[in-house]
Amino acid sequence: MLIFEHSRPGRRNYSQSPIKPASKSAIPQNLLRKSPVLLPEVSEMDTVRHYTRLSQKNFSIDTEFYPLGSCTMKYNPRACNSLAMLPQFLSRHPLAPEDTGQGFLACMYELQEILKSVTGMAGVSLTPMAGAQGELIGVMMIRAYHESRGDFARTEIIVPDAAHGTNPATAVMCGFKVVEIATDKDGNVDLEALKAAVGPQTAGLMLTNPSTLGVFEKNVAEMSRVVHQAGGLLYYDGANLNAVLGKVKPGDMGFDVIHINLHKTFSTPHGGGGPGSAPVGVAERLLPFMPIPIVAKEGETYRWITEKDKPQSIGRLSAHMGNAGVLLRAYIYVRLLGVDGMHRISEFATLNANYLMAELRKAGFQIAYDNRRASHEFIVTLKDIKDNTGVTAMNLAKRLLDKGYHAPTTYFPLLVPECLLIEPAETESKETLDAFVLSMKEILREIELQPDLVKGAPHSMPVRKLDDVKAARELDLSWKPSA
Amino acid sequence: MPFIPHTEEDIADMLASIGAKTIEELFDEIPKELISGQLTGVPAGLSEMEITRLMMERAGKDGIYQNFIGAGAYEHHIPAAVWQITTRGEFYSSYTPYQAEASQGTLQLLYEYQTMMASLTGMDVSNASMYDGATALAEAALMAVRSHKTSRRILIPQTVHPVYRQVVRAIVSNQKIEVVELPFCPESGQVLPESLAQSNHGDFAALVIPQPNFFGVLEQVDALTDWAHSKNAFAIGVVNPTALALLTPPGEWGSKGADIAVGEGQPLGIPLSSGGPYFGFMACKNDLVRQMPGRIIGRTTDLDNKSGFVLTLQAREQHIRRSKATSNICTNQGLMVTAATIYMSLVGPEGLRRVAAQSHANTLDLVDQLEAIKGVKRIFTGTIFHEAALSLPAPAAGVLAKLKQKGIVGGLDLHGYYPDLGNAVLVCATETKTATDIRAYTDALKHALSS
Repeated sequence: MLIFEHSRPGRRNYSQSPIKPASKSAIPQNLLRKSPVLLPEVSEMDTVRHYTRLSQKNFSIDTEFYPLGSCTMKYNPRACNSLAMLPQFLSRHPLAPEDTGQGFLACMYELQEILKSVTGMAGVSLTPMAGAQGELIGVMMIRAYHESRGDFARTEIIVPDAAHGTNPATAVMCGFKVVEIATDKDGNVDLEALKAAVGPQTAGLMLTNPSTLGVFEKNVAEMSRVVHQAGGLLYYDGANLNAVLGKVKPGDMGFDVIHINLHKTFSTPHGGGGPGSAPVGVAERLLPFMPIPIVAKEGETYRWITEKDKPQSIGRLSAHMGNAGVLLRAYIYVRLLGVDGMHRISEFATLNANYLMAELRKAGFQIAYDNRRASHEFIVTLKDIKDNTGVTAMNLAKRLLDKGYHAPTTYFPLLVPECLLIEPAETESKETLDAFVLSMKEILREIELQPDLVKGAPHSMPVRKLDDVKAARELDLSWKPSA
Repeated sequence: MPFIPHTEEDIADMLASIGAKTIEELFDEIPKELISGQLTGVPAGLSEMEITRLMMERAGKDGIYQNFIGAGAYEHHIPAAVWQITTRGEFYSSYTPYQAEASQGTLQLLYEYQTMMASLTGMDVSNASMYDGATALAEAALMAVRSHKTSRRILIPQTVHPVYRQVVRAIVSNQKIEVVELPFCPESGQVLPESLAQSNHGDFAALVIPQPNFFGVLEQVDALTDWAHSKNAFAIGVVNPTALALLTPPGEWGSKGADIAVGEGQPLGIPLSSGGPYFGFMACKNDLVRQMPGRIIGRTTDLDNKSGFVLTLQAREQHIRRSKATSNICTNQGLMVTAATIYMSLVGPEGLRRVAAQSHANTLDLVDQLEAIKGVKRIFTGTIFHEAALSLPAPAAGVLAKLKQKGIVGGLDLHGYYPDLGNAVLVCATETKTATDIRAYTDALKHALSS
């Protein structure tokens, strides 16, 4: 039932808005709204019940294990939320003077410094509001750098074919042409193809390392040399920074610009699809082009760096300073973990992934790139199963929902047929991983004995398999009252 | 180990299963010369008790002020239930609803959100949100250019939020789109349709129309919309969602209605929080839906013909279309929209109307009382909604600093944005301000100007 179907004309929550109607208005008649606003007329209790019930139709980290590759579903500590929601933080207007926000700005400044140090970059700006915006900002800086040197011929961005879809989409949004390069049989970027692709037209290379195939790009130093020699810059998509935090630094690998998806490495909440936050880090030569604002510390005082301080900045990419509340949560998480905890993120993410990979291999699943170490994630391919039984990766994914597990990432990366990209994250226990393996084994048996049970999954969710084709063909994007 | 459940025994068993001796060995594919060694620059970890103390100290240092700034972010009462429900783990820690069957809660909520926003803006369809109001406007500009096909020029009045104009420029200039800024009438504080008609802007893809504008002034939206349409261009409304409870929605502006409506969703139950996270809303007419960026939820049926919800029209998005997507955007501001949907349900149509009307009335009161102070005067004659630009008899920075000593954040100094306006501040009083608050502010300003 939709909230609108609980609505009754004239029902109101008298405590939730001004008790008396306003006594004056200066708005001329011709600007006043004539049509009704379709908001529900429901009681507070109806609202609370309705949305509590809806919440119960969701899987979440607090209720289920998400072996969801490329998405890093780790535990979101409660303290990060409650402390970021202290009333002083919530009530501060973004345009209030800096001296009314010194406590908040201190957190932001320290977060910038910590991110600089763990990534080996020369500067960090916290302003990007999600990974894709971090990418856009990063590529804009690459463009600004070339143009500042009078080099307008660099019109191409190179992207490996295993990259997240945001990489090519970002390059295009930034006015570049995308050149895709292939992956070799071991899961590395094809170095020869890269050498052939670079030239005076190359603005840069966008690289995720470890890659979306869950393996470390062994030739990264050589790739960096090839791109730099051609005059291009290196972009590090920090989607998988959590796999190498404390082991390698993007700055040491030769990257000029990076973004860090805070939800993945620093456990900010997914929130059912956002808000994200993705600070960008830059090497020395990109410092002048960084987006604003950035926090500076002068003596014991914090202030915003603006256009005046950075005349070559690519500018502002949000109405204020980015997703402050998400940044506060990441700051609190970093302080709880401390330096040892930073190292443990990558160590235990990698331990969990390699353990799960080993156990699933023993259970009879086929591992893609089986000769490689898993980073924080790995790929299972169901190609043989599909060829033999008709059961697809998606069928298995949906059957996992019945077993109480969120599905792994399916059909990404696009290079591996019938793939499941599996990432357990460091916060899951061995018992959880073992129970997951048991369920995977059960499904293998079901595929053999009752393939239709698996093909028809899920069976225990609030709805059965939904018709996506109908959704797109007969668009129903908002509720309409029946006459 | 914080948030890591492994016992020593677990670690040993797991390594044995893998066939490795140490965790370190699992990183043996990383070339030795790249290994960075112990991190520096990160302090030792804190217990929850210690971080609580630290954050309480930091928050205490910031304090709580009486806030009279609007300028794109507005202080409204947020019912207690909004964030109590929003931060339930099932919303807070759930993933993007790609697995529809395991995400019906979020998907249905977003469908309800889309319904509310489409109605509020008077449009046919809404997406599931953008990052914030400024980027939503930039995406609307890109969307208009993609749909227009012949022109790559966008007209934006200088009455649009100055930072929004900066953000639009930063984003659209990558695609060689020209942004032309339109002057406003220095008396009324509006864009004058008659002066637009007299000037020649050549072919353009869209006109941006703010309502209310950055100065709080109501624009002549009907005439502006019709003028854009007469030039074969799209009309993009950038609107305050609270105001829409009282004002004609963009979908009903002029004879055909605006084509795209965007804005900052923060007033709908999102705390000010030093600037974010907020959310941008975006709604449009049916014929533009395939050019709309961002996630969109549709209602469909399952195998048993039971109603359910899915992400739809995904062929517009980056994870499917890659370099041919409508935008690189991946996320929506899911949790913020969750809060906004619960907020709109709790206040309902009459509640939202009262919030809007009271904010308008309080601002009228504030302006009346402040104008009684010698040398304080409204700068523009145009009708205001819930903020106003005032000229002061002394530089705004000094006056605001004195008010701050009294615990009042007294408004936004307009000097940096509009130097021509002289000693000018932008002030706002929403429904959260009482007669006593307004009186106290007036007294404090009087005192600040006389001392």
